[in-house]
Amino acid sequence: MKVEPRLHFHMPLQRTPFHARTSAANVLNQWGNWSGYTTALVFEDEAMEYSAIRNAASLYDLCPMVKYRFTGPDAAACLDRLTLRAASRLSVGGVHYTAWCDDAGKFLDDGTLFRLGPEDFRLCCQERHLPWLIDSALGFDVRVREETEEVAALSLQGPCSAVVLQAAGFDVSALKPFRMMSLPFGDGTLLISRTGFTGDLGYELWTTPDQALRLWDHLTVAGRPWGIRPVGSSALNLARIEAGFVITNMDFIAAHQAVREDRTRSPIEMALDWMIDWDKGHFNGRRALLAEREGKTSRWAFVGLDVPGNVPATGAVIYAGKTKEAGFVTAAEWLPTAKRNVALAHIERKYLKSDLWADIYALRELQYARLMLPVTVTERPFFNPARKRATPPGRF
Amino acid sequence: MTWDAVIIGAGHNGLVTAGYLARAGMKVCVVEKNDWIGGAAVSRELFSGFTYSNCSYVSSLFRPEIMRDLELPKHGLQILPYEGGAVMMQDGGHLGMFRDHDANRREFARHSPRDAEAYDRYARDVLRHCRFIRPLLLRTPPDPSSFRPRDLAELAWLGKRMFALSEAQMYDMIRFWTMSISDFLDEYFEHPTIKAYQAVASIIGTALGPMSPGTAYVLLHHAMGDVDGNVGAWGFARGGMGAITRALAASLRAAGGEIRTGSGVAKIAVRGGRTTGVVLDNGDEIAGRRVISNMDVKRTFLGHVDEAELPGDFVKRVRAFKTRGSSGKLNIALDAAPKFTALPEGAPFIKGDLHFTDSIERMERAYDDWKAGHFSRDPFQDVMIPTMIDPTMTPPGKHFMSCFVQYAPPKIEGQDWTDADRDAFAKTCIDQIESYAPGFRDLILHMEVRTPRELEAEVGLTEGNIFQGELTFDQLLFNRPVPGYAQYRSPIRDLWICGSSTHPGGGVMGAPGRNAAAEILRDAKMPVKEMSDAYAIP
Repeated sequence: MKVEPRLHFHMPLQRTPFHARTSAANVLNQWGNWSGYTTALVFEDEAMEYSAIRNAASLYDLCPMVKYRFTGPDAAACLDRLTLRAASRLSVGGVHYTAWCDDAGKFLDDGTLFRLGPEDFRLCCQERHLPWLIDSALGFDVRVREETEEVAALSLQGPCSAVVLQAAGFDVSALKPFRMMSLPFGDGTLLISRTGFTGDLGYELWTTPDQALRLWDHLTVAGRPWGIRPVGSSALNLARIEAGFVITNMDFIAAHQAVREDRTRSPIEMALDWMIDWDKGHFNGRRALLAEREGKTSRWAFVGLDVPGNVPATGAVIYAGKTKEAGFVTAAEWLPTAKRNVALAHIERKYLKSDLWADIYALRELQYARLMLPVTVTERPFFNPARKRATPPGRF
Repeated sequence: MTWDAVIIGAGHNGLVTAGYLARAGMKVCVVEKNDWIGGAAVSRELFSGFTYSNCSYVSSLFRPEIMRDLELPKHGLQILPYEGGAVMMQDGGHLGMFRDHDANRREFARHSPRDAEAYDRYARDVLRHCRFIRPLLLRTPPDPSSFRPRDLAELAWLGKRMFALSEAQMYDMIRFWTMSISDFLDEYFEHPTIKAYQAVASIIGTALGPMSPGTAYVLLHHAMGDVDGNVGAWGFARGGMGAITRALAASLRAAGGEIRTGSGVAKIAVRGGRTTGVVLDNGDEIAGRRVISNMDVKRTFLGHVDEAELPGDFVKRVRAFKTRGSSGKLNIALDAAPKFTALPEGAPFIKGDLHFTDSIERMERAYDDWKAGHFSRDPFQDVMIPTMIDPTMTPPGKHFMSCFVQYAPPKIEGQDWTDADRDAFAKTCIDQIESYAPGFRDLILHMEVRTPRELEAEVGLTEGNIFQGELTFDQLLFNRPVPGYAQYRSPIRDLWICGSSTHPGGGVMGAPGRNAAAEILRDAKMPVKEMSDAYAIP
């Protein structure tokens, strides 16, 4: 739903192409602002929505995610220069998770890169970077444009998601993780990628806004036998913590928005150095990152923590030996599927080997009970089912 | 009787100093030449039922520490945030500014998709510069040539802050302090109107164009205030800007201070290199142990002190202190709200600042006229209608419109302003508004026109400079107003200065007044109590 651009102030939050359906489904009327869009936080019941992600099939409106398109002969070379991974080695029809830095090697954002054609890429991310992307493309024969509003996207996640697609007439049995396929749909086309933000079996469906409601209805009808339901951002957030994923400006501050210089992080500090392709040639931030790696100057480590008990360590300060401030928690949850109490945290590297404690304030009937609990660094993801990877996907 | 402190001028800084001194236990008398108080933070009813903000017209810089210390809310002060703003474009379009981040992005995107996404980084950088400067506001600048422990400690503090910056930030900071706003904005934005809106705060009150080096800092000066912690936000004082000085006066009186209006100071009495009080225009002598001048540095030392009492070098530097007037003001009582054809019905930014200058180049051309000794033929106007938010200033349905106009030189082609010049100036401004809001002229019930001539004659601002001296880097910090005298002192013992000519400068900030009070109390070996520490966010 749109208003005349010059009158946008009549609708301060934009509505996605699925708004007619999401607003009808949002019986709790719980909305949030995601990048300027009205988005459902919870539709009916957060726990049931989370359960649909892990047990059945869930629909999540992805439209507010920021999307950029890179087209032209140098598109791959330009993305090699912009991002940490080698976009040129991504085959057509492939997707990879990637990230990019400023020249000082500080993290700007992460996202997924889709290679739609030999000279055609789509980059999906959380924050907005157009001037940076355009400047990074200087000297390359490539066109960069923002296309967020031109795409309608839904995330279909859960162990039954493949079956639901099958029932909807989309044969995804041969589709491997991080691959995509295109097929005709309605008056347009539908792109299905085996990607998601839940760490479970799942797909993302991409079409044009004019096909959006048709797609929603089609999936809702096809998925009914498997209990498909729309899920809000709250349930998704729980699932993504379980999967160990980070969100820009929730788990780290995008360098272009960090007013305090010490708030920026390098991908090494964010434990994303595995994606850096050191051999592909120069990329933004390479020199600084190389110096950081060789000089071992990383100050921070982004880690998963195991927390005893069942009280989430939300916002906790982490101490080394109960006394020295060593870091802080950016996300914490009791994980219903993994049955673990975990946190994502920034820890100063020099304290990584110390005994770490989380200073947790648990609100109990208007009073905070203070818990000082020993925590241990643990592997991510916290939950990693085989069904996420199986091709063809299992029936459930 | 002999007062502990005689303060010349009941402007906001004079009243702030007076308030702190009175609370510290001094016997304080403020003398004011006008029949009313307020200086340039003044609200007068010149047309029945209409209250104006006759000079300053918006508030952001006024330090919350002062509001709290002097209990101004208890004495009636309320600051109301206002909503965004807009530039009307010559092609009939508009650029709105919104308080909401995403609304701004969508608005920018109508004009330039690239600029729409440039704002985050721009805002980050401006905020970084703000965070460096803000802690300096409520501190007395160190004297870099002094070896007093306090100066050394203060210099060390400043140096430590500087060296806490990364190398890249240090470069950016030094460039920013010296560059033009036009060059600074070019690094972020491409659209002329987006740049023109952002440039506004860097030319206000300054006799420089947006392409003049040094103007980027002036932007910062306007961006480092806050309304309730929202750095960069601006608001109205409920009841007009005079509400600030009314509250300050009430607070002062409650603390036992006295204010005498209706006769200005003819002369500051000096005996043996030390002041003994003031002599008023009406012949009254007021004896004081110390005299604190809220007048600008030129008016204080070139008009009211025998120059023979002053070191020649000091006089020379005071004369050279730049106080070039650059602005005028129209205060208009309106029968109804004006209708601007470029602005969509119901847009919130009618409650904010409205401009017609839609490019940096047009702004610079307006400055060219000033250089030639004339007011701008196509002036820049900062138009606000506070009654869109404040219900107390006019009868219902009527409006008060404040038009800050730039550029207007202190003299017209070297000659004093005449009434005919003033009327031609007003006509130029009204014609401009009329061209964006047909029928506007017919709504005017009453109008007060102020050129630099009126600002000097009535408010006492030399050459009509609203900041009591330009806010360029050569006139800031330990160089404000002149090197060696940046600590609110003067060459004459017990004669102090507390106005905007001193650090940290102009705007209705109150910081010079508070800093001066702190120095005076320290000098008098009185405890600096009831002065809270500067609020700081790590």
